[in-house]
Amino acid sequence: MALLKGGKSVDDAWQRIDGDEVLPETGPVVVDLSRWQQDRESLIARADAVGVRLQSDDDPESLAGDLDHLTLIALDFPGFKDGRAYSSARVLRERHAFKGELRAVGDVLLEHLLFMHRCGFDAFEIQSDDPERDWQIAVDDFDVWYQPTADGRPTALQRRSS
Amino acid sequence: MSQIVIANRLRDGLVVFLGNEKQWVVQVQDCSPASDETHAAELLAVAEAAEANQEIVGASLIEVEMREGVLTPIKMREAIRALGPTIRKDLGKQAGN
Amino acid sequence: MYRYDEFDQALVTQRAKQFARQVERRLAGELTEDQFLPLRLKNGLYLQLHAYMLRINVPYGVLSSRQLRKLAHIARTYDKDYGHWTTRQNMQFNWIRLEDMPEILLELASVEMHGIQSSGNCIRNTTADEYAGVAADEVEDPRVYCEIIRQWSSLHPEFSYLPRKFKIAVTGSDNDRAAVKVHDIGLRLYRNEAGEAGFEVFVGGGLGRTPFVGESIRAFLPTRDLLSYCEAILRIYNQLGRRDNKYKARIKILVHEMGLDEFGRQVEEEWERIREGALTLPDEEIERIRTHFEPPPYESLPAESAAYLAKRTQNQDFATWADQQLADHKQPGYAIVNVSCTPIGRAPGDISSGQMEVMADLADRFSFGELRVTHNQNLVLTDVRQEDVFTLWEALISAGLATANHGLISDTICCPGLDYCSLANARSIPLAEKLSARVADTSRQQEIGEIYVNMSGCINACGHHHVGNIGIVGVDKKNSELYQLMLGGSAEADASLGKILGPGFDEDGIIDAIERIVDAYVSLREDGERFIETYRRLGPAPFKEAAYDGTTQGR
Repeated sequence: MALLKGGKSVDDAWQRIDGDEVLPETGPVVVDLSRWQQDRESLIARADAVGVRLQSDDDPESLAGDLDHLTLIALDFPGFKDGRAYSSARVLRERHAFKGELRAVGDVLLEHLLFMHRCGFDAFEIQSDDPERDWQIAVDDFDVWYQPTADGRPTALQRRSS
Repeated sequence: MSQIVIANRLRDGLVVFLGNEKQWVVQVQDCSPASDETHAAELLAVAEAAEANQEIVGASLIEVEMREGVLTPIKMREAIRALGPTIRKDLGKQAGN
Repeated sequence: MYRYDEFDQALVTQRAKQFARQVERRLAGELTEDQFLPLRLKNGLYLQLHAYMLRINVPYGVLSSRQLRKLAHIARTYDKDYGHWTTRQNMQFNWIRLEDMPEILLELASVEMHGIQSSGNCIRNTTADEYAGVAADEVEDPRVYCEIIRQWSSLHPEFSYLPRKFKIAVTGSDNDRAAVKVHDIGLRLYRNEAGEAGFEVFVGGGLGRTPFVGESIRAFLPTRDLLSYCEAILRIYNQLGRRDNKYKARIKILVHEMGLDEFGRQVEEEWERIREGALTLPDEEIERIRTHFEPPPYESLPAESAAYLAKRTQNQDFATWADQQLADHKQPGYAIVNVSCTPIGRAPGDISSGQMEVMADLADRFSFGELRVTHNQNLVLTDVRQEDVFTLWEALISAGLATANHGLISDTICCPGLDYCSLANARSIPLAEKLSARVADTSRQQEIGEIYVNMSGCINACGHHHVGNIGIVGVDKKNSELYQLMLGGSAEADASLGKILGPGFDEDGIIDAIERIVDAYVSLREDGERFIETYRRLGPAPFKEAAYDGTTQGR
């Protein structure tokens, strides 16, 4: 599994903590929503960054008051046909102005990168032999958009009236 | 109960059947059915390999019988696949196109 | 009609190239069939019983002669010389090769056409009244807003993996010809008391396994807020719609399980957050799109053409056809001409390449080069001078397109059924062919009057059987086809769902039963009553008695 960020394969400094696993002394960790809710105070008190991983049926609103404490939110695609995380990403970016890393995890393939990026994801745990090539192929597919999202790409309407 | 493997060819989508020589044929008459479960399982394994190899999609075993000397799938759905649309006899395998 | 600008064109061309790349990856084994399936569906490509089937969008049913000639070319070059109009105003080809798809999509893109989102769990082609822009009873032109929805919904990054498919329809007239109440979102365009244009929004309608008539979720939505409100509905649906069971994944089930009030509350709450955002439609953009739908350069003509009236008197066959196929035009001296693609004894909605070319030529000669596709699987020439109607009729006769059955019993709606479709349980086209052959005589059909017969080959209801006055659905019973009969459906403004009458019939039995039901109606109707009105007055009892009278059916 490679981590793709800003179009580049990068090392993943984050450690994923499943359920009630013991936390490492140091280093950034990603915990499940329930762990976050259970150990919120001690996690905030850690010296290193903390992230939360949401399952596709977790409501992103449950993190609405905590975003200042979170450096990363990972949104899970249990199968690529489960598209709930596209909405969760937009809710976090556009409704709550989350500025940290939004990471797509789970069943993530070349063919989904562009729409994920449009919805606000900026990091991808992708199954690929060549993630950088995949990224280039995906973002080169289109340069015209109808929908305004928080990714900053101008829409056809904006370009028509400019 | 005799069985054959039916599938669609990936590149053009046309219905094909697995012949006895492990080759894909377009007319059901050109394939010889498996007469027992072991043979049927062998045919299905060949089909699954062909599926993994991008030759065909959606392979399945179907039951066939001889009707008036003609090899015919028992289920109406598969019989229509083996021949063509019943309302356009000029099209499909029944018309040789 | 709407013409692409550089942005629209770029997107459709880029999409064709993207799919070419995806096909290449599939053939090279870089994508599994499971991974490829949603990608091909979102370009309209199904794998059916005999081959791949390609569904091409005809946006809200509007088609130019140039586009129709391209469809004819594709049918001839890449398929078996014919196509099929669907019940959602699209075109389907039944014998497409996957490896030809990149070429076909580029051909389509060259005439501003595509298969984008004509299938898959995403927002499908938006449908509209086939008389949009010309109907005498129209309040506002729905095509403007259909085009706005088309653009917003195309390649929507958030809503491309919805729980299930999503269909939107718009009507601009109180006489709903777009069946908006049986869509996931139905929009009724009207003017409020202050004279402002807006929509009544219906949500949660649909047919299929669990049919529902949509309910009104908002009485008046200003046109500028159309997209933000749709986005709010879609977001709630994408987040909360069921994904555990594909048969319960449509928005109608969510609305039903949450209750309309709670669903509406959540939609309004989300809408309040986004309504003043970037989706608000600027007046200039609505106007820009509206200019594409300006009326063609009509001539000033007398309300009635003397030449037309004279031909009617001289030629009884022509008068009979015209009585059935013409509808009132808002422009004096013009007529809306319905062209039947459901000839007696043939598959509803099928059209040959040659017929497509004839229709394209006739559209150029007589109707400003434009046509409409109807959800009844027929065509419309919207702007024909009355004095040209006779010449047009003669040309239609030569092309086998002059059947006079618009709105009559032989003008059935019918899905492809088990002759083509991999989902079907039973064939449907043979029933349509047999029924129309049985009632072939036009004067007999006209005596029976308006009656809608809708047929589907399975419960997915592509033939809209729940909203047929007479609906038929095929089931597979121990490897033989069995047909259930339902009565009382309607897709009009007072939409209703048909109810199953009783035990099913075999193929011939159901044709006999329909004939007896129709005979019962003719003997029971009061002056001027349509079938649906008689049924609503009397209920199912007399029709049930007639249907099962003296039969051994009802096993």
